[in-house]
Amino acid sequence: MEENKINLTIDRHSLSVPEGTTILEAAKLVGIDIPTLCHIDLKGTCVKNAPASCRVCVVEVQGRRNLAPACSTKCTEGMVVKTSTLRVMNARKIVTELLLSDHPNECLTCPKSGDCELQNLALRFNIREMPFNGGELSLRKRETTASIVRNMDKCIFCRRCESVCNEVQTVGALGAIRRGFNTTIAPAFDKMMTESECTYCGQCVAVCPVGALTERDHTNKLLEDLSDPDKTVIVQTAPAVRAALGEEFGMAPGTIVTGKMVTALRELGFDYVFDTDFAADLTIMEEGSEIMERLENHLHGDKSMKLPILTSCCPAWVNFFEHYFPDMLDIPSTARSPQQMFGSIAKTYWAEKMGIPREKLVVVSIMPCLAKKYECDRPEFKTNGNPDVDYSLSTREIARLIKRSNINLANLPDSEFDMPLGASTGAGVIFGASGGVMEAALRSVYELHTGKKLDKIEFESVRGTEGLRKATVDIDGFPLKVGIAHGLGNARKLLNEIRAGHSDYHVIEIMACPGGCIGGGGQPIHHGDSSILKARTEAIYREDCGKERRKSHENPYIVKLYEEYLGKPLSEKAHALLHTHYFNKQI
Amino acid sequence: MTKFTISDLEKLRINAAATLTLRESSNTLTSGICCSLSTGTPKMQILVCGGTGCKASSSHTIADNLKSAIERENAADRVEVITTGCFGFCEKGPVVKIIPDNTFYVHVKPEDADEIVREHILGGKRVSRLLYTDPKDGHAVSDSKHIDFYRKQVRIALRNCGFIDPENIDEYIARDGYRVLAEALSGKRSPKDIIDEIKKSGLRGRGGGGFPTGLKWELTAKEKSDIKYVVCNADEGDPGAFMDRSIMEGDPNSIIEAMTLCGYAIGANKGLVYIRAEYPLAIQRLRTAISQAENYGLLGNDILGSGFDFNIEIRYGAGAFVCGEETALIHSMEGKRGEPTLKPPFPAQSGYKGKPTNVNNVETLANVPVILQRGAEWFASIGTEKSKGTKVFALAGKINNVGLIEVPMGTTLREVIYDIGGGIKNGKKFKAVQTGGPSGGCLTEKHLDTPIDFDNLIAAGSMMGSGGMIVMDEDDCMVSVARFYLDFTVEESCGKCVPCRIGNKRMLEILNKITEGKGTMDDLKMLETLGRTIKDTALCGLGQTSPNPVLSTLENFYDEYVAHVKKKECPAKQCKALLTYAINPTKCMGCNLCAKHCPAEAIIGTTRKPHIIIPEKCIRCGMCLSRCKFNAIVVC
Amino acid sequence: MAEIRLACNIVSQVEAICDKYNNDPGELINILHEAQSLQGYIPEEMQRVIASKLDIPASRVYGVVTFYTFFTMNPKGRHPISVCMGTACYVRGAEKILDELKRRLGIDVGETTPDGKFSLDCLRCVGACGLAPVIMIGEKVYGRLQAADIKNILDELE
Repeated sequence: MEENKINLTIDRHSLSVPEGTTILEAAKLVGIDIPTLCHIDLKGTCVKNAPASCRVCVVEVQGRRNLAPACSTKCTEGMVVKTSTLRVMNARKIVTELLLSDHPNECLTCPKSGDCELQNLALRFNIREMPFNGGELSLRKRETTASIVRNMDKCIFCRRCESVCNEVQTVGALGAIRRGFNTTIAPAFDKMMTESECTYCGQCVAVCPVGALTERDHTNKLLEDLSDPDKTVIVQTAPAVRAALGEEFGMAPGTIVTGKMVTALRELGFDYVFDTDFAADLTIMEEGSEIMERLENHLHGDKSMKLPILTSCCPAWVNFFEHYFPDMLDIPSTARSPQQMFGSIAKTYWAEKMGIPREKLVVVSIMPCLAKKYECDRPEFKTNGNPDVDYSLSTREIARLIKRSNINLANLPDSEFDMPLGASTGAGVIFGASGGVMEAALRSVYELHTGKKLDKIEFESVRGTEGLRKATVDIDGFPLKVGIAHGLGNARKLLNEIRAGHSDYHVIEIMACPGGCIGGGGQPIHHGDSSILKARTEAIYREDCGKERRKSHENPYIVKLYEEYLGKPLSEKAHALLHTHYFNKQI
Repeated sequence: MTKFTISDLEKLRINAAATLTLRESSNTLTSGICCSLSTGTPKMQILVCGGTGCKASSSHTIADNLKSAIERENAADRVEVITTGCFGFCEKGPVVKIIPDNTFYVHVKPEDADEIVREHILGGKRVSRLLYTDPKDGHAVSDSKHIDFYRKQVRIALRNCGFIDPENIDEYIARDGYRVLAEALSGKRSPKDIIDEIKKSGLRGRGGGGFPTGLKWELTAKEKSDIKYVVCNADEGDPGAFMDRSIMEGDPNSIIEAMTLCGYAIGANKGLVYIRAEYPLAIQRLRTAISQAENYGLLGNDILGSGFDFNIEIRYGAGAFVCGEETALIHSMEGKRGEPTLKPPFPAQSGYKGKPTNVNNVETLANVPVILQRGAEWFASIGTEKSKGTKVFALAGKINNVGLIEVPMGTTLREVIYDIGGGIKNGKKFKAVQTGGPSGGCLTEKHLDTPIDFDNLIAAGSMMGSGGMIVMDEDDCMVSVARFYLDFTVEESCGKCVPCRIGNKRMLEILNKITEGKGTMDDLKMLETLGRTIKDTALCGLGQTSPNPVLSTLENFYDEYVAHVKKKECPAKQCKALLTYAINPTKCMGCNLCAKHCPAEAIIGTTRKPHIIIPEKCIRCGMCLSRCKFNAIVVC
Repeated sequence: MAEIRLACNIVSQVEAICDKYNNDPGELINILHEAQSLQGYIPEEMQRVIASKLDIPASRVYGVVTFYTFFTMNPKGRHPISVCMGTACYVRGAEKILDELKRRLGIDVGETTPDGKFSLDCLRCVGACGLAPVIMIGEKVYGRLQAADIKNILDELE
């Protein structure tokens, strides 16, 4: 491949790069960090936005009349690039000042303060005054949904959210409207997100460089509940949280902080600290049984049993098919998500056991996800108006609250989850990564179905980062065809295949967010660094390896739950408490 | 249907040529005689301008009235009424021309039709009140050959406009139309020959950028792809430019032939015309031409039995200036928002639907068939060293002869404005000429003798653009003019990149401040800084050139800016906020007319006594000024 | 859903237009042109019909409609007035004509009078620069105008 190398000079460095390399990428190779704003390229996923529109990354290219955007200008042979001349620095500064002139001066109270890419640029470019102060601000909307807060006054029109919502997720809830100075990003007809096809996956929030799209904050509500002596406040933490929370406290991405997190939550004042992983194991029992039931009946000729069966753990994914595939509501598993299974069991089985009246019990979840906030609000998950899960906080919110409560997570000792709802297996943990639900299900389905022990419990074939993966797994002679999709755009492809009758899958796992829950909309902001997602995924599998038990059906407290309360998987009681149904939400 | 062949085409050409003989021969006639049926002229033709401007003044009714007058006189077998494309002399429209004596009637009204037929066609006497009067000496000029407006023009792109019936393909064929295409398809000219010929001619893109057309074709030809496209950019968005529209209205077949030739040269079988929806007449004529060409087998599958397929589809613009930029245009044709994307990749590499696409502007294409007919050397002999051929300009503003003109590259602004344009309206003083529309700049007195070509205009701080040329006089405020263009840019910005979206908005705000007398000297500096930054950082060609109107007026009319800022004065008396209206009591006759028409009830006074304007109530609309018959209104 | 309920026959006409273009999203602009010609504007429900036929998000249709000035979501007046704001008209006083129209009609650019009689818009160059300044009312061009002419022109229209 030597002949495809391109030689160029960037500042004082001479280098060779492969054909197709951008100036931005080439500069990075020699340690030059060209500032960017609209650009994001989450390598390994399809999250990419390079409209070359913010013009913050401009550089001087010898022989060129005007400045070139480094993010999208490809290196050419003999190119001479200067990244920090006075001309370049002044241009960047003025462009940033222009952005600030159409941006509210509200840094002090902005939820993104300290983690805002525009703020960082202002600092980096030494902006000390606003030369264009007094200019008109473009008029845009604000709204607060169950999951997402939209304050478009702060939008800088980088269009990352639009790219993610349309190209990656194919939801198309957000798009550019109007033109010129009045351009903005909005749902169709400039309506509210609540009136759109939005799935609340939160990927727009995950990529927003500023405070235009943020999560709905429940930290104050939680503080009030925690200080209410009449209430018992319990918490469940999703698997992906422990693999990312440390980042908010300066720890390296991929640091597992399970024990410290449990300690911190206790210090915050939670009465019991439980684990969503417990409910993940429960999910495997229900969903796994459903898979077997549908598969067996289908193979025995009962065509009312449809295949493939799709997982239903991901609430954004549920919203997606309710909006876009209302004709296929009978395809996904009826199993509730682990969050909701937890809430349901906590407010029945556990509450009864503990003698706590439902209205005095507050179930809080800590999730990597914003769609979970919306899920808590769904009426079918409420009993007499009282939700199974009262509310959900994202990883970012709980980090903020821990900091606010003067707790330094890094210095805390480890401690264990409370029992029984804190007991979990490695199968529950891997729910946090794409392919994890499938692998967890396979571990149990194989053993429960065949009665044999697995020699090797890792199903490597379902792991990976490809957006769409397929594998055939040998279940004691039966070739089980499984598919895994993360990112709703990939899910759409699979669903279209099913709708057209071209699908030969038996089981499909779908997660709305690229990378699965570790890349969720509620996680610490990755700022386009894909190595962070990779480290989180590795951490999830490391945690699995370290677990004493790694198959859901071996979780002793799950076994006990069935014995004491539910009977067996798919029993009438299990159906009432752990399963759900779906609605046509087509607009 | 039997296949239309090359020999059929040649037969048709000979037949059709007969109907054009009269007009062709009149081209060489320069004597001042008046022809008529009574003085022995056997056949006559009346050409009526059917361009948008003249149609707006009921030229179609004129044509109808002429026809019925001729029928009444039983002369329909000897006199033909033909509606042509634009004559170019819009100021004098509606225009009617008599063939073969070239009598040129201006400002014709429908009710004049009878008189023209009776007096001229039958009686041999020109209708002198409808003749064009030379503004220089006040004499009536009998025929178009002697009108200064036409004398200095060289019409290549406009060669057929105002000459042939655009809705009759035979007339186009009679003027050597589709001859080159037939030659090419019969194997006499290879694609490479055609590209080489265009390259050798030195033709550069007439849409604004001035990119060498032959090179563009070659780049697209070199790309390997199963499908390629030829796109005609007819999204003429520059306010005050209408040459592309006139060509499509007056000579649509030249565009069709050029696109087909381009398709043959670069290996494309599909053509798309992206045209403004605001041009209904051009759309209709283009559609007519396409279906006529298809009927003859000059367009469509297996053209002239050669096996070469080329189809043309029309796509509509929808009111976005930015779609004149080729990447934006392509996105618009793909059903998307017309936002430009970074080049490279150029459309030649990845254009419409990701396929290699050659985008040329209408006027560029109109030059193609004639270059190939008459040869690159002929074309290259016209113009300057680096800008070959001619350029069409839409001459408008404060000039006597508003209209569409075509002059060789290298003609000076002075020749255009004073010789062809007939000088400044109402004897006012020339102040500036704006070329290049929102991307161009204002040129002044000192540029009058600059030969017009791509490079000279850029060197002078303006650009060729699509060819709008707006003349301004001493009454025009250059700050307002800059603001007008910037207002346009802000309105038309797609909003994608920060410098154009926010930068131009901020510049406009500063200009508004200045025209309201609230500007500071720092503002002038800021305008300059912002303008330079936008030029340096904006994403597309339109963004990069958008500060030109401001930067060029800042450079050439700095004093005028300073007057607004320091003295709070608008020297041209245009900026409303800086004006005071008053009544000169010695001139006011107390007629009450101004008070009656004042929309703000700001004028008081009793009849036959001098009136006064209450400054607090005055909205500076100028109504009193236009109504006063005694010049009593003073603006200061 | 949209406040304006579309008549069934309009819905089927819109669907027929989409079908004519093979429901190809690439033809969106041509489709919108034809759809607008049905009623003179493209209300929300019409856009939703198009989005669903073309299988694209409604936000994309709306994004395109709001990008191009030719498309409108508001009904025009019986006499749609367009003031040419091309440069030639501008330097010959188009702004004064526009001011007078705004004043007499009591509406701003892009609005329709409450009685639905007039709507006011600006456009860029009719190409009748020889007649500058010009306005168009419906298909008719009025040229060489002065602000003082506006009253009579408006009065003559029923």
